[in-house]
Amino acid sequence: MTAATRLRSRHLLGIADLDPDEIELILDTAVAMKEIGTRTIKKVPALRGRTVVNLFFEASTRTRLSFELAEKRLSADTMGITVSGSSVTKGETLADTARTLEAMSPDLIVIRHAASGSPHLLSTICKAGIVNAGDGTHEHPTQALLDALTMRERKGRLAGLKVAIVGDLLHSRVLRSNVLLLTKMGAEVRACGPATLIPLGLKALGVHVTTSIDEAVKDADVVMMLRVQHERMVGLFLPSLREYFTLFGLTPARLEHAASDVIVMHPGPMNRGVEIDSAVADGPWSVILDQVANGVAVRMAVLYLLAGEELT
Amino acid sequence: MPIVMDADRVGRSLMRIAHEILERNRGADNLALIGIRARGVPLAERLAANLKTAGGQDVPTGSLDITLYRDDLMKHQVGPQPILRRTDIPFSIDGRTILLVDDVLYTGRTIRAALDALIDFGRPNAIQLVVLVDRGHRELPIRADYVGRNVPTSRQQSVQVRLLEIDGRDEVEVDEVEGTS
Repeated sequence: MTAATRLRSRHLLGIADLDPDEIELILDTAVAMKEIGTRTIKKVPALRGRTVVNLFFEASTRTRLSFELAEKRLSADTMGITVSGSSVTKGETLADTARTLEAMSPDLIVIRHAASGSPHLLSTICKAGIVNAGDGTHEHPTQALLDALTMRERKGRLAGLKVAIVGDLLHSRVLRSNVLLLTKMGAEVRACGPATLIPLGLKALGVHVTTSIDEAVKDADVVMMLRVQHERMVGLFLPSLREYFTLFGLTPARLEHAASDVIVMHPGPMNRGVEIDSAVADGPWSVILDQVANGVAVRMAVLYLLAGEELT
Repeated sequence: MPIVMDADRVGRSLMRIAHEILERNRGADNLALIGIRARGVPLAERLAANLKTAGGQDVPTGSLDITLYRDDLMKHQVGPQPILRRTDIPFSIDGRTILLVDDVLYTGRTIRAALDALIDFGRPNAIQLVVLVDRGHRELPIRADYVGRNVPTSRQQSVQVRLLEIDGRDEVEVDEVEGTS
């Protein structure tokens, strides 16, 4: 396949829409963007005069800050709307909010919403390019891309990597986007979680599904822990957090069965002592802070590539 | 189509330019080379080697990608959008004389972008421009300090610089482009 020189869509709604060469293009562009973060003046004029709206209908700290920083480093003008203090609290529908924004003709809209498919809805209403910053339990494409960049940086490749993803598989958009991306790029994915938290159809995506963390972690090059959204879980899907840690928590002892150069990832925020032992989170395996730094670079790459698509 | 520079001539031009650089700057002290991607980078590296041969001094060399500083990002382009590559300037440019190196000088817009980019890295004492080919048709008040060869062209022509490191051979060719409006 010839290498992509541009993205085929004006929007980034999910990893599902991307071809492997487009994923490579985003990652290669992100590598170049990373250098900007090392300069004294961490800003380039690429998106000067472009307007980006950040629509965050769901609580988010790192993703929102990461997008804002990416936009500022590219010199875009940014506006942020969070749920509290906007007309959403006054009962406006998403479609009406979108039409209102459309009238202000932004170039790109970054949206985080609790309802799966809301970025897609926006893309049918607005002329702006839409970037999905996480929609319900559907996708979180920029998270999967920054995870892939981190893996590629550490391991030199994606194809053939053994990746274990452990945690709440049912509610995780991070899992979905990662599985789609990793299988497209030829990695081997094992997913592990409590039987109550395994979604139907996961196997059909080409994933090895297990309820044993030891089986998932064995010989793994990468172990990715997912956050247990314990505020929604206990008593419903899980008997107790202590039992969860005993059965699924990542400890140094469990990591011994992974590849000797295994890396540990977590999309954050972490629950220490629930899904991950502090000794692992702060240990030599952890690349969690690399993930944060790579998040800004990946989002710069996505915004830049989408902005360039505008007139084509 | 006519080859206006062959490998021999490219090599001799780069050696001559190295000598001119040393003459004008009274040696290689405080100089640094920065090549504009893609073909300015191998040219800068060859000039560094020539400066070492002629002046006996190592000159730090970096590479600059100006894609994010272009003024035509959002415009329709003839070719596909260039892929963004890494900028790599592993030294401080503050107080140095920077030799900015590119293959072809045409409208001057690439150099304008490169100057903007360089200024974001610090405050050099001076910036001098080295090009292998000056083909005329400037749209901005920019000129080169060192030129391999002046090649008079029309706007309908295209100038192809090929370098060993990227294209497998050294030559400069002028092509007639079929009438595009």
